Amino acid sequence: MSGQTKLLTMKGISKSFGKAVIALDNVQFELEAGEIHALLGENGAGKSTLIKVLTGVEERDEGEVLLEGKKIHPKSTNEAQQVGISTVYQEVNLCPNLSVAENIYIGRAPKTKMGAIDWAAMSRDAAKLLEKFDLKLDVNKRLDNYSVAIQQMVAIARASDIKAKVLILDEPTSSLSKVEVDKLFEIMRRLKAEGMGIIFVTHFLDQVYEVTDRITVLRNGNYVGTYKTSDLPRMELVSKMIGKDYAVLNQSLKEGQAEKEGTKTGDELVSMKGVSHQGSISGMDLTISKGEVLGLSGLLGSGRSETARVLFGIDQVTDGELCIGGEKVHLKHPIDAIRKDIAFCPENRKTEGIIGDLSIRDNMALALQAKKGLFKKISKKEAQKIADEYIEKLEIKTPDADQLIKNLSGGNQQKVILARWLATNPQLLMLDEPTRGIDIGTKAEIQKIVIDLAAQGMAVLFISSELDEELRCCRRIVVLKDMEKAGEVVGDNISEGAVMQIMAGGEK
Amino acid sequence: MKNKQLKITQNQAFWPVIIFLTIILFNTVMTRGEFLSISIVDGHFYGRIIDIFRNGGKLMILAAGMTMVLATGGTDISVGSVMAISGAIACSIIRGNLLPGLGGSVTAAILFAVCAGIICGLWNGFLVAQIKIQPIVATMILLVAGRGIAQLITSGKIITINSDAYYFINGGYILGLPFPLYIVLFLVGILLLFVHRTSFGLFLESIGCNSLASKFAGIKVNRYLLAIYTISGAFASVAGLIESAGIKGADCNNAGLNIELDAILAVAIGGTNLMGGRFSIFASVIGALIVQSITTTVLALGVPAAYIRVLKALLIIVICLSQSGKFKVLFGRKLESKKKEAVAL
Ligand SMILES: Nc1ncnc2c1ncn2[C@@H]1O[C@H](COP(=O)(O)OP(=O)(O)OP(=O)(O)O)[C@@H](O)[C@H]1O
Ligand SMILES: [Mg+2]
Repeated sequence: MSGQTKLLTMKGISKSFGKAVIALDNVQFELEAGEIHALLGENGAGKSTLIKVLTGVEERDEGEVLLEGKKIHPKSTNEAQQVGISTVYQEVNLCPNLSVAENIYIGRAPKTKMGAIDWAAMSRDAAKLLEKFDLKLDVNKRLDNYSVAIQQMVAIARASDIKAKVLILDEPTSSLSKVEVDKLFEIMRRLKAEGMGIIFVTHFLDQVYEVTDRITVLRNGNYVGTYKTSDLPRMELVSKMIGKDYAVLNQSLKEGQAEKEGTKTGDELVSMKGVSHQGSISGMDLTISKGEVLGLSGLLGSGRSETARVLFGIDQVTDGELCIGGEKVHLKHPIDAIRKDIAFCPENRKTEGIIGDLSIRDNMALALQAKKGLFKKISKKEAQKIADEYIEKLEIKTPDADQLIKNLSGGNQQKVILARWLATNPQLLMLDEPTRGIDIGTKAEIQKIVIDLAAQGMAVLFISSELDEELRCCRRIVVLKDMEKAGEVVGDNISEGAVMQIMAGGEK
Repeated sequence: MKNKQLKITQNQAFWPVIIFLTIILFNTVMTRGEFLSISIVDGHFYGRIIDIFRNGGKLMILAAGMTMVLATGGTDISVGSVMAISGAIACSIIRGNLLPGLGGSVTAAILFAVCAGIICGLWNGFLVAQIKIQPIVATMILLVAGRGIAQLITSGKIITINSDAYYFINGGYILGLPFPLYIVLFLVGILLLFVHRTSFGLFLESIGCNSLASKFAGIKVNRYLLAIYTISGAFASVAGLIESAGIKGADCNNAGLNIELDAILAVAIGGTNLMGGRFSIFASVIGALIVQSITTTVLALGVPAAYIRVLKALLIIVICLSQSGKFKVLFGRKLESKKKEAVAL
């Protein structure tokens, strides 16, 4: 093996941001042709930074990169693409106001003989490409008509279509459901067989064991090691990532579960009777009680997020009745919901969550400030206290609360948004994919927080594409299908099988 | 100590203030100190510096209002036309051509002019917030139509008025200092208080960075957009009063002509990102002083009229370069490597 040159070698890579943040410290990485290589580590370990340094989004401080033995130093994503590195970044960087087809072929559109863009061919090719992913979209529609998950699939389709030697996927599966993930893996395996090298970042260990050949682990910006996937048991992998024994982590999860068993639900807090919103949910019946964690389950586009949007006043009730605390309400704007002590942590972190250019402190105080109103300003001291509290509680990795939120790693941004809503001390907390992109240690931590909050009487609406997670946290799961309620499983009847069966259409 | 130093240099107003002082220094040297000299006549202060503050009053007011509009990622190019409307209304009322029942009351003239400014602002805000027209297009409507409206009010004529009370708005003195300066202090002071004592500033920055996420956090984005365009309109009408009091009449064709560009420039020099986000009203006001002092400088140097525009453009390029983040980084790197060399020696 030593005889042949590696497809990609990175040596002694270092990168710091200012003096306080050392994102990468003397990191190495190797990729062979025809392998799928997992890049793993906790939130803020430096995975995305390594990828950005490799593809020229960020300038490296030190180190060298060899592609097929030749030194390369791309200065932009475009240059990286030209030497043969195609990337799907963690924050999908497509143009929401262009059509799906344009997004796929931007910069490499098929031309007619006259040299003009061949729109017909472009639409046809785009549709054909998406078909490989079992996606039937109107490729001439604007991209922002589609959900994050579909946008993510489009980004993947685009990257995989570029004739590349190296394909990089930074958490591509974070908002995909099982079906789509399977499709993606099928394609990854095919590309691998064609000799492509694939770097795959994820927080789902199941997926690591399902599809990867080797694993490289980073911790706190340091290189921990590279292992053959088949030689590294899961427990060991986790302890390499978190630098602690997995047993400790498991313990805290068990405690959480014990509490879940003890949870008793209280009075009814929310009731939806036949609630519809034109163009999304229709005839929805749903109740949520105090002290309950209610799971919403269903496939992509089944109406889970849409239900939450209606409950939060983003989409208005066009038909039916919505009651909160026994009182009929008309929510016209999120602030109406917030004043009724409802909180909503949206799925789309980048566009609906973070205020990129504001500090962590301002981001956390924002919803509470909106709730208090214009004139009751939260003092800097109070805001700092809130920030300090949650930075510690949620283990947010940052030098201080003054950091701009856009400089945090994806998972840590998610935690700040969660903190924003916890700070409003809500009665109903709606979490749409709250652990999206969050590492397993913190995931367990967040699940525990959710169960704790419910035990103290908060109602929680929990939406997650990971069935596992819902099974762990919820005592009742409502399954949606085609924008309607399809069924419900309660208590001891909760099992993956039961939920899947309703999803598949076999009522109850 | 080090920390404090850092804080000062990181303040958005730091560079604008340095630039302003540099321009003053430059002028002082070029004029052998005459630039700084202030004489007292009849208990009033006179001098180039005083002129900058007096003549820059309009621009400072406009820049303050414009800052917030730009902070939300919008723009208001109608301010010059709103100035014309305001001047036209005030002068017509004082002359008795408009609403003769008011008997030419100066107070009523001012009130009506400001109300007109508020209505213009509400109109802009409505187009941007409710109808969702792009701000530059939305405010272009008034930019074009505004002068027409002003001409309708004055029947297309340049009107002159004779009212010492009205002249006072531009030419008056209190405690030796020109009156427009007090208007600036009052308006900017109130605005600063409002922005910093309430959460208005935070909300504006939030909207400017990401308006959808701001809505999700419970901020009534539309209401705030309406508010800032209204403030901008109201401030423009006050600037219009100062201008028309200065020329002792209303000239619909030339009042506030192209001043929106100077106002936007002042905000840019103040370091507020024109794409929206972090902003500093104080820095913009300094930016307005810079723009005004450039004009004064060019005049003071006795530059032939033909060169004025080019020279102004050159100065602007230099200032914008010194404000650009990339330039600072490049420059900073050079400095740092020089420092390293020095240490190595
Ligand atoms: N532009 C920046 N300025 C300052 N700090 C940054 C910047 N970009 C990244 N960082 C910091 O570098 C560290 C590594 O971030 P990175 O995004 O690489 O983490 P990650 O391993 O991808 O995490 P996640 O799993 O959450 O996506 C984090 O502590 C982050 O806050
Ligand atoms: Mg990342």
